[in-house]
Amino acid sequence: MSNGVASLSSQSTPAVSISNLRKSFGTLEVLKGISLKANEGDVISILGASGSGKSTMLRCINMLEVPDSGDVTIGGETIKLKHGRKGMMPADQRQVDRIRSRVAMVFQSFNLWSHMTILENVIEAPVHVQRRPKAECIAEAEELLAKVGIADKRHQYPSHLSGGQQQRAAIARALAMHPKVMLFDEPTSALDPELVGEVLRVMRSLAEEGRTMLVVTHEMGFARDVSNRVVFLHKGMVEEEGPPGEVFAAPKSERFQQFISSHR
Amino acid sequence: MQQLSYFELVGFGPNGWGWALLMATGMTIAVATCGFLAGAVVGTFVAWGKIGGNAPVRWLADGYTTVLRGIPDLLVIYLFYFGGSAALGAIGSLFGAEGFIGVPAFVTGALAIGIVSGAYQAEVFRGAYQVVSRGELEAARSVGMHRWLMFRRIIAPQVLRYAIPGLGNTWQLVLKESALISVTGLVELLRQSQVAAGSTRRPFDFYITAAILYLLITWVSTYLFQRAETYSMRGMRRAS
Amino acid sequence: MDLAFMQEAFLRLIAGVPLTLNLAFTSIAFGAVLAMLLALMRMSSFKVFNWPAQAYVFVFRGTPLLVQIFLIYYGLGQFRPTLQEFGLWGFFREPYWCAVLALTMNTGAYGSEVIRGGLQAVPYNQVEAARACGMSGFLLFRRIIFPIAVRQALPAYGSEIILMVKATSLASVITMMEVTGLAAKMISQTFRAVEVFIVAGVIYLVLNFIITRIIMAIEWWLSPHLRRAPAVEPRLEAAHV
Repeated sequence: MSNGVASLSSQSTPAVSISNLRKSFGTLEVLKGISLKANEGDVISILGASGSGKSTMLRCINMLEVPDSGDVTIGGETIKLKHGRKGMMPADQRQVDRIRSRVAMVFQSFNLWSHMTILENVIEAPVHVQRRPKAECIAEAEELLAKVGIADKRHQYPSHLSGGQQQRAAIARALAMHPKVMLFDEPTSALDPELVGEVLRVMRSLAEEGRTMLVVTHEMGFARDVSNRVVFLHKGMVEEEGPPGEVFAAPKSERFQQFISSHR
Repeated sequence: MQQLSYFELVGFGPNGWGWALLMATGMTIAVATCGFLAGAVVGTFVAWGKIGGNAPVRWLADGYTTVLRGIPDLLVIYLFYFGGSAALGAIGSLFGAEGFIGVPAFVTGALAIGIVSGAYQAEVFRGAYQVVSRGELEAARSVGMHRWLMFRRIIAPQVLRYAIPGLGNTWQLVLKESALISVTGLVELLRQSQVAAGSTRRPFDFYITAAILYLLITWVSTYLFQRAETYSMRGMRRAS
Repeated sequence: MDLAFMQEAFLRLIAGVPLTLNLAFTSIAFGAVLAMLLALMRMSSFKVFNWPAQAYVFVFRGTPLLVQIFLIYYGLGQFRPTLQEFGLWGFFREPYWCAVLALTMNTGAYGSEVIRGGLQAVPYNQVEAARACGMSGFLLFRRIIFPIAVRQALPAYGSEIILMVKATSLASVITMMEVTGLAAKMISQTFRAVEVFIVAGVIYLVLNFIITRIIMAIEWWLSPHLRRAPAVEPRLEAAHV
């Protein structure tokens, strides 16, 4: 497999490691060889203009997009790929399902299942994918909903909730999987400005618990104050990377400098 | 002989045809329901072929719906009635049976209705599937649901919910189509009316009764489908 | 599969095509007038017009066409003396006219819903614009509402025409020897259901294919505003497509 993992064998296994990831859509090359490593407890903010490949990269981590080449390793387990008729595809769908149930994702448009109540949304995967006892899942789901502040909405349907409440429900749904890693794909971009704060507060409390999080975001405040590492992508490559204190104070790349000044 | 009044004729008295008509109405509902359910099974597979199949499967599925929606239902019923008997006869002669073996008219009818309504239901299901949000399917994949689980827990319940109005229309078609089964001799509502009309020489009275009973079934089932729609859309109300 | 037999079947069944088309187009022509009338009644705010139209549509859409055919052809025979008195028996004695009447009344009900849908889909701002130009009443209807409604309703009316072609097959039950009638007769004589079915099915599919094409051509002809502007014209012109 990749040299990256082999040379790191002395350290503890990284929670997520991607190496030399490439992905094209048709003739458009979106990812041009990206490598990134997240250790346990890392909160990494992934910044970049639209079209820089940040969402695609995140979606490659749980195989919602299948990369053309490169490795994705979750908790030491590298996802096996093979050549299919339409490019690459996972060699072992069971492996992908297993890894997905350890990597939870929060989407920009929430994607709550509209035919289920909030509580049903939260217990769906634990009961049917992880096959845990239902009573236990319900008890835990209620705790999680209380934690994100919408316990009173548990028997309502998603369409009855505001965007901020829906996104918090989606975060509870992700947490219910007991994920090792959480992926956030622009979790606040679809929200009205006054609802962004409530979602960011929940995310901040998760970071403080020491959860491993990869967050694609436009929220500079979150990147600066909450994350311990910032990655700036430009045209499918890592343009700048480092602790927020350093990269925001003294950006090495001119493009990142421009990006910061345009996203105050 | 004194002319019976209309109500004596279709009533439940000694000279009335009430019970016979009631039984025949039950038969109409039974054959329509079986055909409708058979059509739901056929329709699910055909819709699946249209959505997820490779090129030849898609081509077959599209061909199926085009052909079945383009030719008269009566022709399909004749095919099943005569063709089914011919096939059974061929199989029977292998085992030494002689002559014409009739397929039970109920089976012929339900199958024919199933094959035809399957084509309509496939389109209904396909349309409903397209309304299911891609994001919700992605969310299902992201929590590690495999195909069957995703179909059972996320796709099927939502497709069914969006399909209810279309299925209601298909059910009305099926109900009316079931009258065509009378040509095979199955004693459903129309056939029973024919028999009664012939025996009493009061065709108008019986055919108008049949029409009223069909309207009644239509009316009740419209109501039930509306109830089902309201129930299934309970999560869809916009908080406005 | 026996090709010689299928050829024979084809030659016998094709003889039924004129009657199939005759039944279909006669009833569609009468039915369209009825449908228009019903749609207007249905849209009227007067209960005396609105209510009967609604009841008519409910009854004819809620009962099987075959029942309607039997009711007209066999059922009305019960009133033969009365009909003879009014000189109508000549009409109701003929299976052809009974079939046409039943098909007309049936397609009138379905067609009126299609036309109503088209009329209701006419954007209100277009009507307002016409009123602002001083149009009203029949002029407004004839010049603006009706042309827009027809274009909106045409695709759905096209499916109704295909349904009518299929529905003519029921006339075979009252002895009309159109394509399905000839097919049923041939099947019962030869017991070769599959071959005859294939030939009859192909005939219907070809008929429907041709009709669909004609309707598409009419749609194209009626909607120059939806077509791509010719390439030679400047781009600005194409922008209001």
